[in-house]
Amino acid sequence: MKIAVLSGKGGTGKTLVSVNLAAAAPASVYIDCDVEEPNGHLFFKPQDLKNQRVVVKIPQADQKLCNGCRTCVDFCKFNALAYIKDKLIVFNEVCHSCGGCLLFCPEKAISEKEKEIGIIQSGISGNVRVVTGILNTGEASGVPIIKRLLQDIRQESEAVFIDCPPGSACIVMESIKDADYCILVAEPTIFGVHNLDMVYELVRLFHKPHGVLLNKCLEEENPAEEFCRKNQIKILGKIPFDLELGTMNSNGQIAVRHHPKYKELFRNLLDLVIKETRHETASNT
Amino acid sequence: MKIVIPVDNNSMETNVCISFGRAPYFLIYDTKTEENSFMDNSAASSQGGAGIKAAQSIVDSRAEAILTPRCGDNAAEVIKAAGIKLYKTVNDSIQDNIKAFKEGKLNLLDDIHPGLHQHGGK
Ligand code: SF4
Ligand code: SF4
Repeated sequence: MKIAVLSGKGGTGKTLVSVNLAAAAPASVYIDCDVEEPNGHLFFKPQDLKNQRVVVKIPQADQKLCNGCRTCVDFCKFNALAYIKDKLIVFNEVCHSCGGCLLFCPEKAISEKEKEIGIIQSGISGNVRVVTGILNTGEASGVPIIKRLLQDIRQESEAVFIDCPPGSACIVMESIKDADYCILVAEPTIFGVHNLDMVYELVRLFHKPHGVLLNKCLEEENPAEEFCRKNQIKILGKIPFDLELGTMNSNGQIAVRHHPKYKELFRNLLDLVIKETRHETASNT
Repeated sequence: MKIVIPVDNNSMETNVCISFGRAPYFLIYDTKTEENSFMDNSAASSQGGAGIKAAQSIVDSRAEAILTPRCGDNAAEVIKAAGIKLYKTVNDSIQDNIKAFKEGKLNLLDDIHPGLHQHGGK
């Protein structure tokens, strides 16, 4: 079972939710796909760390073979290539490693070299296997890292919690591709509704079963809750705005492991999500 | 000498465009013959690397100088590799800038900005 946790922007509590759900499960895998700013590991403080390099292929031209036809320059839709003064210039950070230029060069002047774009770090934190994708700064796209992260857990038998990057760009689509269920974390503000709407559209586009978790809830009116009612979106629960939770969170503590109250809250949430996921799978088959 | 200016429209009444890579047109102006022509910037709508592609077309037009309010680092690398000089525009008027250029009053552009790239992947 793979559960993706997403939100339209950072700071809504996406990591708090995915970390605590993973910690609440008897045995689980936590995957941090927020590769530009992974911070789940700051909570789990995993031991036994193992690093794995993630490399992509970058083209390079052999000047002796290249005749300057520019087929490659015209082909590259990312505009990662320029041909200036009888020389091909490759912009490594712009290249998306599609391999097209290599394929289309009529002179076979292009070969590929490997370039590291980041690493995958895995370790153990109690009942949770923690896997973190880390993208080197300045790189064009973290998609290759996410692909690798998700490929490695395809056969996973334990529950998997995927902490997605914020937003709804293609890197998020990649992260939820294999998910059985999507949890959308929303803040109780008008702006929060706007962010929720973004990810809501995304999960609908991908036909992913989904529900909303209302975070930072106060006694007052909650525009995000209204939005859910109006669109008939399943509300999975509410996490109250709570100083204690905030303090634990900013100290890098996992609430579930420190406080029975939160253990219960996230256990219940987990049970509900599992039920929802089973229900969805059952009604789809 | 052939100079290029990113512009908002394809007429001499238009203004200098605030963006380089995403400018809709480039004015190509010959300071000797005072002839002008406009080039569509096919890079304006591209997903990423617009500056690189725009710079490539300008290099291909055999311009010797570019007058622009700003320029990204990748585009600047292409332009530099081609040996083309980058000058900073003084305001948004084409005429003012051409005049200032002819009088040698324009400064070289030195604030090349990083980032701002609209990568398809993010
Ligand atoms: S397609 Fe091949 S031969 Fe043509 S410019 Fe590119 S590298 Fe050179
Ligand atoms: S591999 Fe693809 S993205 Fe990279 S330079 Fe070649 S065509 Fe462009």
